Amino acid sequence: MNTIDRLEREQMRIDIPKFRTGDTVKVHVKISEGEKDRIQVFQGVVIGRHNSGLKSSFTVRKVSYGVGVERVFPLHSPAIDKIEMVQPGKVRRSRLYYLRGLRGKAARVKTRRYEN
Amino acid sequence: MALGIIGKKIGMTQVFSSDGEVVPVTVVQAGPCVVVQKKTPDKDGYSALQLGFGSKKAQKCTKPLQGHFKKVSDAACAVLREFRVEDGASYDVGQSVTVDIFVQGEVVEIIGTSKGKGFAGNIKRHGFSRGPMAHGSKFHRQVGSVGQSAWPSHVFKGKRMPGHLGNAQVTVKGLRVVDTRPEENLLLIRGAVPGHKNSLIMICKTKQA
Repeated sequence: MNTIDRLEREQMRIDIPKFRTGDTVKVHVKISEGEKDRIQVFQGVVIGRHNSGLKSSFTVRKVSYGVGVERVFPLHSPAIDKIEMVQPGKVRRSRLYYLRGLRGKAARVKTRRYEN
Repeated sequence: MALGIIGKKIGMTQVFSSDGEVVPVTVVQAGPCVVVQKKTPDKDGYSALQLGFGSKKAQKCTKPLQGHFKKVSDAACAVLREFRVEDGASYDVGQSVTVDIFVQGEVVEIIGTSKGKGFAGNIKRHGFSRGPMAHGSKFHRQVGSVGQSAWPSHVFKGKRMPGHLGNAQVTVKGLRVVDTRPEENLLLIRGAVPGHKNSLIMICKTKQA
Protein backbone atom coordinates (compact mmCIF):
# COMPACT_ATOMS: atom_id res chain seq x y z
CA MET A 1 0.00 0.00 0.00
CA ASN A 2 1.38 3.38 -0.82
CA THR A 3 2.18 5.98 1.75
CA ILE A 4 -0.74 8.28 1.01
CA ASP A 5 -3.28 5.46 1.24
CA ARG A 6 -1.77 4.34 4.52
CA LEU A 7 -1.86 7.84 6.00
CA GLU A 8 -5.48 8.23 4.96
CA ARG A 9 -6.53 4.86 6.30
CA GLU A 10 -4.98 5.68 9.66
CA GLN A 11 -7.35 8.59 10.10
CA MET A 12 -10.50 6.97 8.81
CA ARG A 13 -13.25 6.31 11.34
CA ILE A 14 -14.86 2.93 11.55
CA ASP A 15 -17.70 3.96 13.83
CA ILE A 16 -19.68 5.78 11.14
CA PRO A 17 -23.14 4.26 10.77
CA LYS A 18 -24.60 3.35 7.40
CA PHE A 19 -26.79 6.04 5.92
CA ARG A 20 -27.67 7.16 2.44
CA THR A 21 -29.03 10.06 0.49
CA GLY A 22 -32.58 10.88 1.52
CA ASP A 23 -32.18 9.76 5.11
CA THR A 24 -33.00 12.21 7.86
CA VAL A 25 -30.12 12.26 10.33
CA LYS A 26 -29.02 13.99 13.48
CA VAL A 27 -25.38 15.02 13.36
CA HIS A 28 -23.84 15.67 16.74
CA VAL A 29 -21.01 18.16 16.24
CA LYS A 30 -18.38 18.94 18.85
CA ILE A 31 -17.83 22.63 19.27
CA SER A 32 -15.02 23.93 21.43
CA GLU A 33 -15.55 27.29 23.05
CA GLY A 34 -12.35 28.23 24.77
CA GLU A 35 -11.83 25.55 27.36
CA LYS A 36 -15.19 23.87 27.19
CA ASP A 37 -16.50 21.45 24.61
CA ARG A 38 -20.15 21.24 23.84
CA ILE A 39 -22.24 19.31 21.38
CA GLN A 40 -24.55 20.82 18.86
CA VAL A 41 -27.09 18.80 16.94
CA PHE A 42 -27.84 19.46 13.32
CA GLN A 43 -30.87 17.57 12.07
CA GLY A 44 -31.84 17.42 8.43
CA VAL A 45 -32.10 15.44 5.23
CA VAL A 46 -28.92 14.10 3.63
CA ILE A 47 -29.09 15.58 0.15
CA GLY A 48 -25.82 14.18 -1.13
CA ARG A 49 -22.80 12.11 -0.33
CA HIS A 50 -19.33 12.42 -1.76
CA ASN A 51 -17.54 9.12 -1.39
CA SER A 52 -13.78 9.38 -1.63
CA GLY A 53 -12.04 7.57 1.21
CA LEU A 54 -10.87 9.94 3.88
CA LYS A 55 -12.03 12.89 1.82
CA SER A 56 -15.66 11.69 1.89
CA SER A 57 -18.25 14.23 2.91
CA PHE A 58 -22.01 14.56 3.10
CA THR A 59 -24.43 17.44 2.89
CA VAL A 60 -27.33 17.86 5.29
CA ARG A 61 -30.17 20.25 4.57
CA LYS A 62 -32.71 21.59 7.00
CA VAL A 63 -35.17 24.44 6.96
CA SER A 64 -34.65 26.68 9.94
CA TYR A 65 -37.22 29.42 10.59
CA GLY A 66 -38.17 29.34 6.93
CA VAL A 67 -34.60 29.62 5.75
CA GLY A 68 -32.92 26.66 4.10
CA VAL A 69 -29.59 25.76 5.74
CA GLU A 70 -27.14 23.30 4.25
CA ARG A 71 -24.07 22.04 5.97
CA VAL A 72 -21.28 19.93 4.50
CA PHE A 73 -19.58 17.62 6.97
CA PRO A 74 -16.35 15.71 6.36
CA LEU A 75 -17.47 12.13 7.04
CA HIS A 76 -14.34 11.17 8.96
CA SER A 77 -13.97 14.40 10.90
CA PRO A 78 -13.15 14.00 14.58
CA ALA A 79 -15.48 16.94 15.22
CA ILE A 80 -18.43 14.65 14.55
CA ASP A 81 -19.40 13.03 17.82
CA LYS A 82 -21.98 10.72 16.32
CA ILE A 83 -24.49 10.43 13.52
CA GLU A 84 -27.97 9.29 14.45
CA MET A 85 -30.55 7.97 12.04
CA VAL A 86 -33.91 9.64 12.49
CA GLN A 87 -35.84 8.38 9.50
CA PRO A 88 -34.61 6.40 6.49
CA GLY A 89 -35.77 7.97 3.24
CA LYS A 90 -36.69 6.43 -0.07
CA VAL A 91 -35.39 8.42 -3.01
CA ARG A 92 -34.51 7.75 -6.65
CA ARG A 93 -31.65 10.23 -6.97
CA SER A 94 -28.19 10.35 -5.43
CA ARG A 95 -28.27 14.13 -5.10
CA LEU A 96 -31.47 15.74 -3.89
CA TYR A 97 -30.74 19.23 -5.13
CA TYR A 98 -34.32 19.54 -6.28
CA LEU A 99 -35.34 19.97 -2.65
CA ARG A 100 -33.85 23.45 -2.73
CA GLY A 101 -36.59 24.63 -5.02
CA LEU A 102 -39.40 23.12 -2.95
CA ARG A 103 -40.89 24.16 0.35
CA GLY A 104 -43.25 22.82 2.97
CA LYS A 105 -45.12 19.61 2.19
CA ALA A 106 -43.57 19.25 -1.26
CA ALA A 107 -40.08 19.15 0.20
CA ARG A 108 -40.68 15.87 2.00
CA VAL A 109 -38.92 12.60 1.31
CA LYS A 110 -40.77 9.26 1.33
CA THR A 111 -39.84 6.93 4.15
CA ARG A 112 -38.04 3.71 3.48
CA ARG A 113 -38.41 0.59 5.57
CA TYR A 114 -35.28 0.47 7.63
CA GLU A 115 -33.04 -2.48 6.94
CA ASN A 116 -29.51 -1.99 8.14
CA MET B 1 19.59 28.86 3.31
CA ALA B 2 20.09 27.13 6.58
CA LEU B 3 20.35 23.51 7.56
CA GLY B 4 17.84 21.32 5.87
CA ILE B 5 17.15 17.93 4.44
CA ILE B 6 16.73 16.43 1.00
CA GLY B 7 13.47 14.72 0.22
CA LYS B 8 11.09 13.34 -2.35
CA LYS B 9 7.58 14.66 -2.84
CA ILE B 10 5.08 11.83 -2.46
CA GLY B 11 1.80 13.61 -3.00
CA MET B 12 -0.96 15.52 -1.34
CA THR B 13 -3.70 14.46 1.03
CA GLN B 14 -5.47 15.90 4.03
CA VAL B 15 -5.32 15.49 7.78
CA PHE B 16 -7.70 16.56 10.49
CA SER B 17 -6.47 18.98 13.11
CA SER B 18 -7.38 18.43 16.75
CA ASP B 19 -10.45 20.64 16.43
CA GLY B 20 -11.69 18.75 13.39
CA GLU B 21 -10.52 21.20 10.77
CA VAL B 22 -9.30 19.77 7.48
CA VAL B 23 -5.67 20.65 6.77
CA PRO B 24 -4.32 20.10 3.24
CA VAL B 25 -0.86 18.58 3.41
CA THR B 26 1.93 17.50 1.11
CA VAL B 27 3.62 14.27 2.15
CA VAL B 28 7.40 14.32 1.74
CA GLN B 29 9.75 11.37 2.10
CA ALA B 30 12.62 13.25 3.69
CA GLY B 31 15.98 11.75 4.44
CA PRO B 32 17.71 10.06 6.05
CA CYS B 33 20.62 12.06 4.66
CA VAL B 34 24.30 11.49 5.29
CA VAL B 35 26.83 14.24 5.85
CA VAL B 36 29.26 13.53 3.02
CA GLN B 37 31.50 16.53 3.39
CA LYS B 38 31.93 19.55 5.59
CA LYS B 39 32.93 22.78 3.94
CA THR B 40 34.90 25.06 6.19
CA PRO B 41 35.84 28.73 5.86
CA ASP B 42 39.51 27.85 6.14
CA LYS B 43 39.51 25.43 3.26
CA ASP B 44 36.53 26.37 1.09
CA GLY B 45 35.87 29.98 2.04
CA TYR B 46 32.42 29.25 3.47
CA SER B 47 30.85 26.83 5.86
CA ALA B 48 28.31 24.31 4.68
CA LEU B 49 27.28 20.70 4.99
CA GLN B 50 27.14 18.52 1.94
CA LEU B 51 24.34 16.00 2.37
CA GLY B 52 23.71 12.85 0.38
CA PHE B 53 20.27 11.33 -0.19
CA GLY B 54 19.15 8.04 -1.70
CA SER B 55 21.47 5.28 -2.80
CA LYS B 56 23.06 4.15 -5.98
CA LYS B 57 25.68 1.61 -6.97
CA ALA B 58 29.20 2.82 -6.37
CA GLN B 59 30.37 1.54 -9.75
CA LYS B 60 27.74 3.71 -11.48
CA CYS B 61 29.57 6.81 -10.24
CA THR B 62 32.57 8.37 -11.85
CA LYS B 63 35.94 7.55 -10.34
CA PRO B 64 36.35 10.96 -8.66
CA LEU B 65 32.89 10.66 -7.12
CA GLN B 66 33.62 7.11 -5.96
CA GLY B 67 36.64 8.44 -4.12
CA HIS B 68 34.52 11.20 -2.64
CA PHE B 69 31.96 8.74 -1.25
CA LYS B 70 34.63 6.29 -0.07
CA LYS B 71 35.66 8.75 2.63
CA VAL B 72 32.26 8.24 4.25
CA SER B 73 31.15 4.69 3.48
CA ASP B 74 31.08 2.06 0.75
CA ALA B 75 27.64 3.10 -0.43
CA ALA B 76 27.11 5.96 -2.87
CA CYS B 77 24.35 8.55 -2.66
CA ALA B 78 22.02 9.29 -5.55
CA VAL B 79 22.07 13.04 -5.00
CA LEU B 80 24.31 15.50 -3.24
CA ARG B 81 23.22 18.92 -2.06
CA GLU B 82 24.85 21.58 0.04
CA PHE B 83 23.27 23.44 2.94
CA ARG B 84 24.89 26.55 4.32
CA VAL B 85 25.26 26.39 8.08
CA GLU B 86 26.71 28.96 10.43
CA ASP B 87 28.69 26.38 12.29
CA GLY B 88 28.97 22.80 11.15
CA ALA B 89 30.86 21.72 14.27
CA SER B 90 27.88 19.84 15.70
CA TYR B 91 27.83 17.50 12.70
CA ASP B 92 30.46 14.96 11.75
CA VAL B 93 31.11 13.46 8.37
CA GLY B 94 29.13 10.24 8.10
CA GLN B 95 26.51 11.35 10.58
CA SER B 96 22.92 11.08 9.41
CA VAL B 97 20.42 13.91 9.28
CA THR B 98 16.78 12.91 9.71
CA VAL B 99 13.41 14.62 9.98
CA ASP B 100 14.13 15.01 13.70
CA ILE B 101 15.70 18.38 12.92
CA PHE B 102 12.17 19.70 12.38
CA VAL B 103 9.46 20.09 14.98
CA GLN B 104 5.71 20.32 14.58
CA GLY B 105 4.53 23.78 13.63
CA GLU B 106 7.94 24.92 12.40
CA VAL B 107 8.07 27.27 9.42
CA VAL B 108 10.24 25.94 6.60
CA GLU B 109 11.38 26.93 3.16
CA ILE B 110 11.15 24.49 0.28
CA ILE B 111 13.23 24.49 -2.88
CA GLY B 112 12.01 22.37 -5.76
CA THR B 113 11.66 22.21 -9.51
CA SER B 114 8.30 23.32 -10.83
CA LYS B 115 6.27 21.20 -13.22
CA GLY B 116 7.26 21.78 -16.86
CA LYS B 117 4.53 23.38 -18.96
CA GLY B 118 6.36 23.36 -22.30
CA PHE B 119 6.22 26.31 -24.65
CA ALA B 120 3.53 28.55 -23.21
CA GLY B 121 1.90 31.71 -24.47
CA ASN B 122 1.77 35.02 -22.71
CA ILE B 123 -1.60 34.45 -21.10
CA LYS B 124 -0.47 31.33 -19.28
CA ARG B 125 3.14 32.38 -18.79
CA HIS B 126 2.78 35.99 -17.70
CA GLY B 127 -0.91 36.37 -16.91
CA PHE B 128 -1.69 38.67 -19.85
CA SER B 129 -5.33 39.21 -20.67
CA ARG B 130 -6.84 37.91 -23.87
CA GLY B 131 -8.83 39.65 -26.56
CA PRO B 132 -12.53 39.12 -27.24
CA MET B 133 -13.33 35.61 -28.46
CA ALA B 134 -16.37 36.69 -30.51
CA HIS B 135 -18.09 39.72 -32.11
CA GLY B 136 -15.81 39.49 -35.14
CA SER B 137 -12.65 39.80 -33.15
CA LYS B 138 -9.63 38.07 -34.60
CA PHE B 139 -7.42 38.98 -31.66
CA HIS B 140 -7.74 36.07 -29.30
CA ARG B 141 -4.62 35.01 -27.43
CA GLN B 142 -1.93 36.83 -29.36
CA VAL B 143 0.97 38.66 -27.79
CA GLY B 144 -0.14 42.13 -28.89
CA SER B 145 2.13 45.10 -29.35
CA VAL B 146 5.74 44.56 -28.35
CA GLY B 147 6.81 48.18 -28.68
CA GLN B 148 6.83 51.29 -30.89
CA SER B 149 8.10 51.70 -34.42
CA ALA B 150 10.35 54.67 -35.18
CA TRP B 151 11.66 54.89 -31.70
CA PRO B 152 13.13 52.72 -30.19
CA SER B 153 12.84 50.58 -33.36
CA HIS B 154 13.71 47.46 -31.45
CA VAL B 155 12.07 45.30 -28.82
CA PHE B 156 13.36 45.99 -25.33
CA LYS B 157 15.28 43.29 -23.59
CA GLY B 158 13.27 41.50 -20.97
CA LYS B 159 9.97 42.04 -22.84
CA ARG B 160 7.64 39.34 -21.59
CA MET B 161 7.00 36.97 -24.46
CA PRO B 162 5.91 33.37 -25.03
CA GLY B 163 8.45 30.71 -24.24
CA HIS B 164 9.28 27.81 -22.02
CA LEU B 165 7.36 27.76 -18.77
CA GLY B 166 8.02 25.71 -15.68
CA ASN B 167 10.71 23.13 -15.00
CA ALA B 168 12.63 25.82 -13.17
CA GLN B 169 13.83 26.10 -9.60
CA VAL B 170 11.19 27.52 -7.30
CA THR B 171 11.52 28.45 -3.65
CA VAL B 172 8.43 28.59 -1.47
CA LYS B 173 8.77 30.28 1.89
CA GLY B 174 6.62 30.23 4.96
CA LEU B 175 5.36 26.66 4.75
CA ARG B 176 4.46 25.02 8.03
CA VAL B 177 5.35 21.53 9.20
CA VAL B 178 2.12 19.88 10.32
CA ASP B 179 3.61 16.62 11.48
CA THR B 180 6.86 14.68 11.47
CA ARG B 181 7.12 10.92 11.45
CA PRO B 182 10.71 10.00 12.25
CA GLU B 183 10.13 6.23 12.10
CA GLU B 184 8.89 6.48 8.51
CA ASN B 185 11.04 9.47 7.51
CA LEU B 186 7.95 11.43 6.56
CA LEU B 187 7.19 15.12 6.78
CA LEU B 188 3.68 16.50 6.41
CA ILE B 189 3.79 20.07 5.18
CA ARG B 190 0.80 22.34 5.01
CA GLY B 191 -0.09 23.43 1.49
CA ALA B 192 1.44 22.76 -1.89
CA VAL B 193 5.07 22.15 -2.70
CA PRO B 194 6.63 22.82 -6.13
CA GLY B 195 7.15 19.95 -8.54
CA HIS B 196 5.49 16.73 -9.57
CA LYS B 197 5.29 13.54 -7.52
CA ASN B 198 8.65 11.87 -6.84
CA SER B 199 10.48 15.09 -7.59
CA LEU B 200 13.48 16.05 -5.52
CA ILE B 201 13.00 18.87 -3.04
CA MET B 202 15.06 20.52 -0.35
CA ILE B 203 13.41 21.43 2.93
CA CYS B 204 15.33 24.10 4.82
CA LYS B 205 15.03 25.61 8.22
CA THR B 206 14.28 29.30 8.32
CA LYS B 207 15.77 31.87 10.61
CA GLN B 208 13.50 32.17 13.60
CA ALA B 209 12.04 35.63 13.77
